[in-house]
Amino acid sequence: MTADTASPASIPRHSELVEERLVCWYFLAALAFLFVSMLGGFLMGFQLIRHNPLSGIELLSPGRWRMVHTNAIAYGFLANAFLGILHWVVPRLTLRPVLSRGLSYAIFFVWQGVVLATAVGILLGEAQGLEWGETPVWIDPVAQAGLLLVAINFMAPIVRVQGPIYVTLWYFIAALVWTFLTYAMGNFVPQYFVSGTAAGAVGGLFIHDLVGLFVTPLGWGMMYYFVPILLGKPIWSHGLSLVGFWGLAFFYPLQGIHHFLYTPIPMFLQYGAVVSTIAVELVVTTVIINFFGTLRGRGSEFWTNLPIRWFYTGMVFYFLTCLQCSLQVTLTFQQLIHFTDWVVGHAHLVMFGVFSMWQLGVMTYLFPRLLKQDWHSRRLCEWHFWLSAGGILVMASDLTLAGLFQGWSWMGLMHWDHSVEISQPFWVARLFAGLAIFGGQMCFAWNLFQTWQAARRERSAEAAPAAGLAI
Amino acid sequence: MFETKSGIFFVAGLAFFAFAFLSNALVPALMYRDVPEQTAEQVVNGNVLFQLEDLAQRYPEAFRTAWGDAPVEEAAAAEWYVKTGAEALREGRKIYVGEGCWHCHSQFVRPVSNESRRWGPVSESPEYQNELQRPVMFGTRRVGPDLSREGGRRSNDWHAVHFFRPTDLSPGSPMPEYPWLFDGAADRPNRRGLALLVYVQWLGSWLDSYPYYETYLPSDLKDVELPAAAAQ
Ligand code: HEC
Ligand code: HEM
Repeated sequence: MTADTASPASIPRHSELVEERLVCWYFLAALAFLFVSMLGGFLMGFQLIRHNPLSGIELLSPGRWRMVHTNAIAYGFLANAFLGILHWVVPRLTLRPVLSRGLSYAIFFVWQGVVLATAVGILLGEAQGLEWGETPVWIDPVAQAGLLLVAINFMAPIVRVQGPIYVTLWYFIAALVWTFLTYAMGNFVPQYFVSGTAAGAVGGLFIHDLVGLFVTPLGWGMMYYFVPILLGKPIWSHGLSLVGFWGLAFFYPLQGIHHFLYTPIPMFLQYGAVVSTIAVELVVTTVIINFFGTLRGRGSEFWTNLPIRWFYTGMVFYFLTCLQCSLQVTLTFQQLIHFTDWVVGHAHLVMFGVFSMWQLGVMTYLFPRLLKQDWHSRRLCEWHFWLSAGGILVMASDLTLAGLFQGWSWMGLMHWDHSVEISQPFWVARLFAGLAIFGGQMCFAWNLFQTWQAARRERSAEAAPAAGLAI
Repeated sequence: MFETKSGIFFVAGLAFFAFAFLSNALVPALMYRDVPEQTAEQVVNGNVLFQLEDLAQRYPEAFRTAWGDAPVEEAAAAEWYVKTGAEALREGRKIYVGEGCWHCHSQFVRPVSNESRRWGPVSESPEYQNELQRPVMFGTRRVGPDLSREGGRRSNDWHAVHFFRPTDLSPGSPMPEYPWLFDGAADRPNRRGLALLVYVQWLGSWLDSYPYYETYLPSDLKDVELPAAAAQ
């Protein structure tokens, strides 16, 4: 797309560009952490319904596992999957390999070390008091260095592209810069430089930027890459792509304080965050329109093409999340729903319903290419999709409703226990929804294992004639 | 600019980020630069000292194992208590963070939703200008109630029993048990348990309206007979 000036003869072959083994490793690491994270979610979920079978064991403290739950998702699942996807997309799009293969492998191991150390540190009670940044303070510098290396490794091929670059790369360049800056800001400023209310403002920026400037641009960047390839047609409107990117880049970083409305943070800053949040909802709508414009005329692919179904379901959830957000960000709604399960529902909807769905869609598309083997079972792929989509839909609606009831209970000055009691049925339902999501991922893991086995059998069958004499 | 590498790198990547950081993080930091940040020693107030002495009396052995004995001489004792209090606050905060208490309890009272009637005065910035709010413990989720005005609301032994097994005091509580903060029984908190008690009792102790204070007066009755129901 970008390097269309290159003559066919000079286009490097795929095997020179993409280190497939590494992509595969990243995906497997991501899935492993996804399972760890889900187990943490279950532990906390069972604690909430007062049936924690593992109560009273220090290393299984539900509070610690709740932090493992969110950190394993952010740094273990999402980040690993993105790194794998970047290793596929960036070289293919720029027609140049990453800076260094050795560096890529080094980053892989450093990053797994960072995530494991984070989990161990949190389980030993060493967490840092910053939401999403619970990584113990002594790991932060390593993670920071890792992010710098990631940026250098991927920027090397990108800077050598001539002329205007494709939408995907806009998002990727920005994400590489932002992720580095966001991590530095969030983990060091409130720890070492400011305290109190100002630290709260930075903390809000950090939580928000992690979603908005790390996960979101990488997510949309890969959508702009995979959707046109899968549909075999260009993105509907280049103008809307521009609006979407620049709107996001300008308005997204300005919203951090909307996580701390009605705190002692000055009110004019809170208003600013609310207004820019609503602005970004409009921007998001243009992006969604652009993608549905692209799908137009090819709607049936939604049912037949599995990755496309994952992607567009994620986009529908994205729209729902943003709709929810444009309500909840208003001060009126905040009075009721802040601190409640509404927010937790929102978090699951965006983290699982949108970004994880996209990544799982990419994995569904790439694993057969990495393993050179079709999926063992299309049926299991379908189960994976429907259990995930159904599970998250139930979980998010359940928690959203729960949040409303909790908010009314508190506002009505009921005894605190009342809000806990009325939440019980919702918390039980959440666990069942979680079970569905978990079951979906089990189908995926089993399917993947079978596919891998089949690929191995096939390869040894190919190798057999040559080796046949020796047997 | 809109589709070039440098435009995206410098304008979207660096400039927009910097603009957001300046307007959303630097502005509040500058606004509060004149409110000095207190150290843990400075926030050990009379109420915290009272709780410390209470702990020393209720759990003498545990207290001695954790922090040793207070000097006999009065001035030295006062200094010792402040130092010990600060140490306990730092350690208590670390446990509060490490156990993820802040993911179930907030530490700010909002001016809406009747919160000031439930918990006391609405939170203000100067309350957070201290070492123990670095990073700040606002919190984002309330499974349990806000704790920013918790100090003095309950007695130390209430908290101890509650941390040991919350359901003993609050049947149906989803709050986890923390037996590792104790040496086997609710009346034997270990050093970590004591530190967490001090931290929780510190919350809100700086306010004029320090609420619902349980006065600890040694009873002059010897061997009080409890009614059968309460003794269970
Ligand atoms: C699963 C969420 C959860 C976690 C984690 C949690 N709590 Fe609680 N906490 C609750 C709930 C719910 C209540 C209200 C019911 C009760 O009193 O047990 C509560 C009540 C309290 C109270 C009593 C408030 C009052 O005056 O009524 C204190 C103090 C407290 N928690 C402190 C802590 C500390 C300290 C930690 C960390 C070691 C902690 N909590 C961890 C949910 C939690
Ligand atoms: C599979 C079953 C899952 C269960 C049972 C589960 C359960 C939970 C629970 C109990 C909490 C704490 C909520 C609270 O404090 O009230 C939580 C928080 C969270 N979970 Fe999950 N979860 C699951 C899967 C996931 C997945 C797959 C993701 C992301 C991809 C995810 C992302 C999050 C996030 C971001 C939060 C933090 C919410 C906040 O602080 O507002 N969860 N989850």
